[in-house]
Amino acid sequence: MNGRYLKDLCIQVRRDILRMVNDAKSGHPGGSLGCTEYFVALYQKIMHYNPSQFSMEGKEEDLFFLSNGHISPVYYSVLARSGFFPIKELSTFRKLNSRLQGHPSVHGGVPGIRIASGSLGQGMSVSIGAALSKKLNKELNRIVYSLHGDGELNEGQIWEAVLYAGSRKIDNYIATIDYNGQQIDGSTDEVLPLGNLKKKFESFDWKVLEELEGNNIEKVINILKKAKNETGKGKPILIILYTQMGYGVDFMMGNNTWHGKSPNEEELKKALSQLPETYLGDYSL
Amino acid sequence: MKKYENQGLKETRAGFGNALTFLGRTNQKVVALCADLKTSLFMDQFSQEFPERFFQIGIAEANMMGIAAGLSIGKYIPFTGTFANFATSRVYDQIRQSIAYSYKNVKICASHSGLTLGEDGATHQSLEDIGMMKMLPGMTVINTCDYNQTYVATLAISNHLGPVYLRFGRPAVSNFTDINQTFEIGKAIVLTEGKDVTIVSTGHLVWESLEAARILYEKKGIECEVINVHTIKPLDDDTILKSINKTKCIVTAEEHNYWGGLGESIARILTTHNRSFIQSLVAVNDTFGESGKPMELLKKYNIDCDSIINHIQFVLSKKNKL
Repeated sequence: MNGRYLKDLCIQVRRDILRMVNDAKSGHPGGSLGCTEYFVALYQKIMHYNPSQFSMEGKEEDLFFLSNGHISPVYYSVLARSGFFPIKELSTFRKLNSRLQGHPSVHGGVPGIRIASGSLGQGMSVSIGAALSKKLNKELNRIVYSLHGDGELNEGQIWEAVLYAGSRKIDNYIATIDYNGQQIDGSTDEVLPLGNLKKKFESFDWKVLEELEGNNIEKVINILKKAKNETGKGKPILIILYTQMGYGVDFMMGNNTWHGKSPNEEELKKALSQLPETYLGDYSL
Repeated sequence: MKKYENQGLKETRAGFGNALTFLGRTNQKVVALCADLKTSLFMDQFSQEFPERFFQIGIAEANMMGIAAGLSIGKYIPFTGTFANFATSRVYDQIRQSIAYSYKNVKICASHSGLTLGEDGATHQSLEDIGMMKMLPGMTVINTCDYNQTYVATLAISNHLGPVYLRFGRPAVSNFTDINQTFEIGKAIVLTEGKDVTIVSTGHLVWESLEAARILYEKKGIECEVINVHTIKPLDDDTILKSINKTKCIVTAEEHNYWGGLGESIARILTTHNRSFIQSLVAVNDTFGESGKPMELLKKYNIDCDSIINHIQFVLSKKNKL
């Protein structure tokens, strides 16, 4: 899998996100576009998993939990394009009788999804539980991953989980914060400043890594590899991944109005023109 | 009329803790989590014997529910233990999303339910939890009546695939059920047979109902059919309908607000099956509790044995007029 393929995949995933959200006339494009490199890197280069025979337990597999469930479009697109379910199913997103609910759920048994998320702040606790079960099962080389929004850190349950994971040395766990500095009502600095996040997590006994270029696929792969090398050393690991909301579409970039708004036909056309279709192809409607 | 013997006062919650220890020895997949209330839930023995499978989460119930959901993904069977109020209302969203909606095999075990927690008062009493939990799709709701039943219920839910809310109380109460009873989730137990009135009761009020039935039989020859509904959801419609078709009137008794409790569930059975028989609800009348001794509280909030007797006489008077 060469760099060209991964870059093309990122473009196709972004096209999927835009088309899914436009077609459903609802959804969250901003954060989805911002996290595309993370998902592509994780599923294409980092995680060990078995998409053709998905099981809830995922024995001897790495597990991923999406805590900020509203960025479901990127999650669904990357799951489909990693072999979990047919790519054409993306066209059912947010529509009646679809497995692809507005926010991820195990409704209908979507392969690749192990927990519902949407109400924020719960995914770290679930990830810790899954990591504990990996330890109990002596799956020593298997890692649990999770992704969280920066705004999501407002939730108190996150800090219960941060305290627990550090104190109990959950060292087979890599959490990532999608640090785009935006939440619904404005910037994170306006709504509720997070302060020095690195120091905060370190003081809870976490190993913290930072990557300033969260939309550079090579850099994201590297930071995830680096994080993997830190597992098994007595500390949970946090990656602070600096991304740009709406990355790849100039009029959406860094603009929090695109947190939860779908582009209209004209905006979709304009956005897609900035991300020309690759040989991987669009899904059929 | 069948008589039940009080085998002595015993704490229902001890039935939970002791059964959990038994499960620890017999089922390697059983794990336990608590939120700084290990002793209150009688989980000490489990924690000593199986330290690897015991998780002290600290005073962080939301985190506990999430960790339990995560452990269940690895095919473990998590039993969480805390007070009923903190096991439900405090973490309702966590249970809703990470456990019920996600179909996770978590056993939410809750002690100190109802008024009989006593002196700690309303902040620690729980009169809403049955309603909250029964409204969650897929959630099984069990409320046990004494030590022995709590013991067998704890064993039974470990074999049930899916989320369960197991509710029990704090004080030592009359232990009267058979330790060798079979516990079938969703199956109501007819304790006494009678033709005059059906009493459907749950939790600590089952013993009070039996006492009420005994007194009415001895004093007035009234024959009460007392049914122990340990499983509030799924509810055993058939057993209840069979009884009420015979007696034509019903009293429900529970240590819970009557909004959202067992009585409302029974009313649903009567209306959906087009049975317009008179029903009277022994339950807390839409108020918070207060500090006091358990029996004093049952009396003040009109859910003790005397209150049950009054409600029985009321429905009988209505029935005779019909």
